[in-house]
Order: sequence, then structure tokens, then C-alpha cells
Amino acid sequence: MNLAALNPWILTLTTFLPAAGALLIAILPRRDRDIRWFALAISVITLLLSLHLPRHYAAVAPANSGSFAYEVNAPWITSPNIHYHIGVDGISMWLVVLTTFLVPFCVLASWKSIHDRAKEFFILLLVLETAMIGVFIALDLFLFYFFWEATLIPMALIIGIYGHERRVYAAVKFFLYTMIGSVFMLAAIIWLYAQSGTFDFVELQHLISSGTLALPGQTALWLFLGFFLAFAVKVPLFPLHTWLPDAHVEAPTAGSVLLAGVLLKMGTYGLLRFNVGLFPAEAHRNAPWIITLAIIGIIYGALVALVQPNMKKLVAYSSVSHLGFVVLGIYSFTAAGMDGAVYQMLNHGISTGALFLLLGMIYDRRHNYEISEYGGLATPMPVYATLFLIITLSSIGLPLMNGFIGEFLVLSGAFQAKMIYGILAASGVIWSAFYMLWLYQRVFYGRITNPANAALPDLDGRERTVLWPLAVLALVMGVIPSVWMNSIDRSVTGVLQSSQSSWPIVRVETNTVLR
Amino acid sequence: MITPPSTADYIRVLPEIVLSLWGMIVMFVEPLLPEGRSRKGLGIFAAAGVVAAIGATLYQAQPQFAGSGFYDMIRVDHFSVFFHLIVLMVALATTLMSLDYLPFQKIDHGEYYALILLGSVGGCLMSSAVELVLIFIALEISSIASYVLAGFRRHAAESTESAMKYFLLGSFATAFFLYGVALLYGATGSTNVFDIANKLNGAVHIEPLAYVAVALIFTGLGFKVACAPFHIWTPDVYEGAPAPVVAFMSTAPKAAAFAVLIRLVIDTASPHWFWVIWVAAVLSMCVGNLGAILQSNVKRMLAYSSIAHAGYLMVAFASASNRNLGISAAMFYSAAYAAMNVGAFAIITQMSGRGERYVQIDDYSGLGKRSPALAAALTFFLLSLIGIPMTGGFFAKFYVFSAALRTQLIWLTIIGVVNSGMGSYYYLRLIVRMYMYEPRTDEPAPRMHAGMAAAIALSLIMTLWLGILPNAVLHYTQGAQRVIAGR
Repeated sequence: MNLAALNPWILTLTTFLPAAGALLIAILPRRDRDIRWFALAISVITLLLSLHLPRHYAAVAPANSGSFAYEVNAPWITSPNIHYHIGVDGISMWLVVLTTFLVPFCVLASWKSIHDRAKEFFILLLVLETAMIGVFIALDLFLFYFFWEATLIPMALIIGIYGHERRVYAAVKFFLYTMIGSVFMLAAIIWLYAQSGTFDFVELQHLISSGTLALPGQTALWLFLGFFLAFAVKVPLFPLHTWLPDAHVEAPTAGSVLLAGVLLKMGTYGLLRFNVGLFPAEAHRNAPWIITLAIIGIIYGALVALVQPNMKKLVAYSSVSHLGFVVLGIYSFTAAGMDGAVYQMLNHGISTGALFLLLGMIYDRRHNYEISEYGGLATPMPVYATLFLIITLSSIGLPLMNGFIGEFLVLSGAFQAKMIYGILAASGVIWSAFYMLWLYQRVFYGRITNPANAALPDLDGRERTVLWPLAVLALVMGVIPSVWMNSIDRSVTGVLQSSQSSWPIVRVETNTVLR
Repeated sequence: MITPPSTADYIRVLPEIVLSLWGMIVMFVEPLLPEGRSRKGLGIFAAAGVVAAIGATLYQAQPQFAGSGFYDMIRVDHFSVFFHLIVLMVALATTLMSLDYLPFQKIDHGEYYALILLGSVGGCLMSSAVELVLIFIALEISSIASYVLAGFRRHAAESTESAMKYFLLGSFATAFFLYGVALLYGATGSTNVFDIANKLNGAVHIEPLAYVAVALIFTGLGFKVACAPFHIWTPDVYEGAPAPVVAFMSTAPKAAAFAVLIRLVIDTASPHWFWVIWVAAVLSMCVGNLGAILQSNVKRMLAYSSIAHAGYLMVAFASASNRNLGISAAMFYSAAYAAMNVGAFAIITQMSGRGERYVQIDDYSGLGKRSPALAAALTFFLLSLIGIPMTGGFFAKFYVFSAALRTQLIWLTIIGVVNSGMGSYYYLRLIVRMYMYEPRTDEPAPRMHAGMAAAIALSLIMTLWLGILPNAVLHYTQGAQRVIAGR
């Protein structure tokens, strides 16, 4: 069978298969067992379909490193001029695969823990998958905005219906923060459309970089900030991160995994694709304070994580710290930094996703996230302890693990940009080892202090199936990063080139202003 | 020399003729039916009448019938056809959702359907009349039908209160309108919209009388569309009136009144309207959204939300009065608002229970558990009212605000966007109630009847259609815009 024939359809198929599956579940009878298996089947098929993307990427990748592969561009709505324009490059392709990779594990993780209204849960999960993939493939700003907003509703419902005690508060907070942020992005998108008559990312990029679309005075800055705010809330960048601990702690396991694994990446992806892609000059100019915020986030997130008595909150704050690295890498404007940032997005998806899965498994047994409730877990649950350790090491960036590659690249990018960035950010690496290892020590080592933990069953077959692939992948990504890095580096080079090509124009502008 | 009206003239009022005939037949048949016998058949007959009127409108939409008729009293164009369709669709959905509501509430009388039909006559005529006196008559036909309908749950005190308030304030407002018409006639010597437009636009010096007239007319119409500061009646009337009637009167006569406003704003003395409309738009948005946040009764909440939506529509007007850009946006908004609001009220009707007991926000707790389908549908309508993409409400807002931006109404746009952000709070609160709270009772949601299901499905399809494939409708509204602006 000639699989290359799939190329024009593959993105559409991958994106909408989960939504179609959700529709089917909606009309299926309310038998939880069947629905679970069906959802698993859909998500696995989606994963297999998405693997087509990297498999054939080398063959279809356009010669120009800034262009997109598997592109589809069809007119959809005439006024406003909206196109169904989708495509991926080396950056978004891997984020799509990350999404499709995590969802089957989310289905498995929810196998037993979701029993009330399971049908609705899997519908929401699959709709969410479609929306998340859509965010990464959309090349039309309107389409992008649609998918961006579309992730919001299922996620808010997942938190609000299936979460823990303070779920409603967390869901509403999550919704309002993201919604308010995205309103500003919408305003910027509409402004761009009103001036240029197009929502098309590629076209807009060309119009802005060639100077055809003039952005007078402070306009470019305002547009930059409009996009930036929406993405910064999502990342979340300090000081807009306060929704994150609540949302993470209250969400059910699958919700936390996708929130940390994919939704936060939508923010950093947006910063890279749209903020840097559309307004490179503004991105350069504003890099210092953005990097400052990122570094504050790295250190602050780590310090707050250190003192958390709640494991899930600890991991949530560690996300603030890790995502700070990603933002730092992007705004270092070096090839190494950006490569590392993209790689770190994938790493964080895997390691933090796995951490939340691990926490979910212990929660299923004890219904508690407090560190003080545990201790000495290595004795009753050796397999669990082993896997937790592998993931912990991946998260703190031990050499030979995936986290090392990402952090190393980001830090070398930061050092190239400015020595002080590198020094400050490097301290974050130490802190992360501190809080993660201390967590590990308190939970797994020592004697069992709480009798409730003495007879905890170790992981069963389903749970091992969930965790081993993630652990193995963390190792593989640390040993042979070239599998991922080749295509990532290619596209990052494209982004950097197009961002640098805008410099001369800016210089001319400043000269005229000075004169 | 007056020639008798031609056949084409009659075709230009064919939908109104069909509706009136059907309404009168319903009126005649009603007393012949024995007491206590179900009036469902009459309802279905009325629905068939509305479908026939839709057919007549589509027939009338052919190019050879476009133009003025009946001595320039009415005018058939894209614009009138569009509003006819809105009014008729709403009437159809309302009739369908009332089929089982009326017997359930023990108010099963045939006059109800006749009043819906006659109210639609008024609404339709308002959108095609271009003669102020005829507009006034159409306005009265539509209003009087709504007054009676508002009091249709006559055993309930709040329904009677609603009708009384609506009637007293409403007749006061129509008197303002009539007074304005008289003064405008005094100032320009004509009651024909186009003549007035020519006189006012061509005049070097405009008489102060004309300004007073415009203000009075605006007061009358402002009452009908429930925009601030003429909105005070809305929450009380919507709270007391039967839920399907609210579905009807919050959309159909309102759309028709907006149609009149568009005709007047565009054709007569546009610049003089600008600040009036600007202020009314801002006030309506703010009062509506702030008021809605405080409500605990769903009907009252949606009443305030309808004030806010009138405000968003006014934004389109403000841009229309400058450069005609907003007409198409306003038309699209009317259609989308009709679809989503009728849908929301259909579900409120379904939920309301005997004597409309369950209309508090608390009563919606856990609806997601009791009736997932109903909750999902209501969620969809609420999301559309917020303006989430892929719903009609999104494109409606999008067109309105981009029209405003293109006419450089930056502040109006900012206030509008902030307001729609604020508005999302109270819609979301209802969604949160439905999904994230436990139900207060274990009793399952009331059974869904075929008529109700059809009404909800109709609204759902329209809202979704406007949200996913707005091309066709937008194309049509732009055609109407060209017709009106280019005249």
C-alpha cells in the first residue's frame, strides 16, 4: 500500500478522527466498558495516523526551511476571508505527535478512576484532542483562534465535573484567565485582518516582513502584546501563573496530564510561532523583560515547589519553572536555545505527564496527595518506586535522559545570549534536583510511618502499560535525540532566518526616526 | 389618477395575506371546537400557515417582484425578505414549542395561535413598509398581539402583571412614535421614508422640529427593541409572560423594530442619529450585562441579556449611520440572535414545569446529569450568546465589531468587547450550574414532545449553520446592504 497517498489527507484525518469518535460515543448506549474500549481504540488509531507525519516528513518537507509540510489550503468562508489552511513544520509536527501520544494514556489512566458519567468524560477528552491538534496545525489565524478557544470548554468541563473538592472554583478560574487573555489576541487578530484582508499566517508573515503591511508607530508593539498576553497566560509566565496550581490540583489525572503535557505547550508554541514568527523585531526588542520574567518564573516556581506539602501542587509549580526554560530558550534567539526550547516542550510533556499519571495512581489507592501521608513506599510498591525514579531523573535533567538535552541546549543558548541569563537559569536546574529528589526521599525512602501504606498493592498490568512506554521514551529521547532534533532544527533555522531577515528593515526605520 | 393595485402588488404582500387568512380561520374555528378538546390540531394548522407564509416569502423573493408596491407604501427587497424570514422562522419555532406547553399549563386556547400569526403579520409588515403611517399600523398590530400573549397565563398574577405593564408602557411608547411621525410630517410634508430622506438630506437648513421628531420616533422604537434607557419594562414582562411567548417577543417583533430602525437610520438624516445611537448602544450593553449578573431567575437573566444584545446590535447601527457598513452586520446579528435566543427559551419552556415553577438558576443545577441532551443544547445556545467560535453568535459579534472598527469607532468597539467579556460570566454561571452542581431533585427532566424537539432542532441547526457556513446568509445580507445603501 502506498502510504504516501495519504499525505494530503493525513492532517485532516488525524485532527478530526477523535471528534468523529466523540460523536459516535454520544450515540452509543451508556455502557462504560464498551465506551472505554472504543475511546482507547480511537485514540490509538489517531496516534498511529499521526506517526505518519514524522515517518514521511523527510520526503515531503519543502526545500525552504521556513515552509510547511502536508499543507492544505482551501477557502472556507468568503467574508471574512477564512481559509481552511493547515500544515506542520518540524516544530508543530512533534507537538501533534506528543498530543496523540499522551491521549491513549489518559484514556487508560481514567479507566477505573472515572466511573460517574464516563460517557461524557470520554466525549470531552476526544473533543479536546481534536482541538489541541488543531491548535498546532492551524495556519489561518482564525482557525487557530477557533481551536484555541475550543480547547478551553472541554478542559474547563473536565476540571469542573470530574475534579476534586474545589473543582468549580478551579474550573472557573482557569476559564476566565484564559478567556480574558485570548480576547486580547482576538483583538490583535481582527486588527491584522482589518488592515490586510487576510487571516493567513504565511501571507501575513510575508506582508509584515516585506513591509507591505505597514505597522505604524507603536502598533506592532500593541499587536505583539495582544498575542503575548494570551500565550503568557497559557504558558503560564510569571506573574500570570496563579490559575495553574488550582487547575492542576483539582483536575482529574487525565486532565492534569493534558493540561501540563499539551495545553501549556500551546502557549509556548504560540510564542514561538506567532509572536516570533509575525513580529520578530518586536520579539527581539522585548526579549530582555520577557527573559527576565522567564528567569523569575524558573527560580520562583522552583522555590515554591520546594515548600509544597501537596505532591500535585509541587509538580504544578515545577511546571512553572520548566516552562520558564522554554520561554528563555525561545527568546534567547539562538539556534541552540530554540532547539532546546522545542525539545524541552516535548520532554516536559512526557516527564510531567508521566509524573501526573504516577500521582494519579497513588491517589487512586489512597485518595490523598499530601506528602506527609506517605513515606517508605519503596517497600510495598517497588515497581512504582522504580518508575517514579526514572521519571524524576528525566524531569531533573540527568545526562542520558531527555531533560538533559533540552536544558543543556537552552542553557547554552542563554549563555550565548547573555552570561547572566545562563547563570541565573542554571541555578534553576539545581533547585529542580533539590525539590524532586527531596520529594522522592520523603515519599519512598525510610520506614513506613503510616500503616495505611503498608499493604498498598503495586502497579497492575494496566498501570505498567501506561508508564513503561513513557519511561522508555524518556531514555530514548536522551540517548538518540537526533531522531527528533533533525526536523526540529531545520524548522528552527527557518524561524530564525525569517526573524533575522526583518532586521535590516527595522534598522532603516530607526534611522529615519533618528534623522 | 390612481390605478388599482396590480397582481404584483398583491404578491408583494402575499405573506401578510396568508398569515392574516390563517389567523382569521383559527379565530373562527376556535369557538366551534367543544370546550376541553385539545387545540393541538389548531396549532399544527397554524404552523402550516407559517410554513405557507415562508413559501410565499420565497416566492416573493424572485427578482421580478422586487420594488415598491401599493402606491409606494411597501417595498419588497432583499432586506424585507430577510426580516420576513426571521419573523416567520421564529413564529414557526414558537408555535411548535407551544403545542404541548399550552395544554400542560392548562391554557389551551386557539386564540394563542391566532395571535402568534397576527403578531407575525405586524412584524412582517414592519419590515416591508416604507410609509410611516403604515409602519405605525404594523407596529400596533404586532404590539397588541404581544400584549395579549404576555398575559396568556391568565391564572397567574405575574402574567397579568406582565401584560398590564407591557400594555401601559407599550402604548405610551407607540404614542411617542406616532407623535414623532406627526412632527416629521410637519417638518417635511411627507410620511414616505424616501421622500423624507430626500428632503432632509437635500436641505441646507434642517428645522429643529425634525430633530424633535427623530428623538420621539427613536423613543418609540427604542422601547420596542428594549434598548437602554427604554428597557425598564423588559425584566418584569419577560419574567411574567409565558416562556414560549418570551421566545417570540424577544426576537420577532424586536427584529422587525430593528428593521424599521435600519430603514429610518439609513434613509433619513443619518448623521443626526449617530450620537443618539452611540449612547443608547453603550448604555444598553452596560445596563444589560450588569443587570444580568445580579439575577437569580433565568428568564430575568435572559431579559437583561436581551437588552445587552440590543446594545451590540446598536453598535452595528452606529457604524451604519456613518458609511452604511453596518447594515449587513445588523441583519446577520438579528438572525443569529433570533436563532440562539429562541433556542434558549425553548429549553426554558421545556424545563419550566407546571405553572412555570422551575425558572430559577438553582433549578438548573445538575441538569447535565438529569438530561444530558437538554443540557448540551442549552450549553450550545449559551455559548453562542457568549460568542464562542463555530456558533452563529460569534460571527454576529465578529461582523458587528469589525464593521465598527472599519468605521473607526474604536471606543465603541472596546466597550463592546469588554462587555461581551463581562457577559460571558453569567452565561457561564448557568453552564457551571448545569454540569458542576448536584441536581436538587432526582426526578428526571420532563418528557420531550415532538413539537418541542422540532423547535429546538430548528434553532440548533440555524445557530450552527450561521456559525459554520455563514457564507450564504452573509452574501444575502450584503446584497440587501447594497440595495439599501445604493438606493
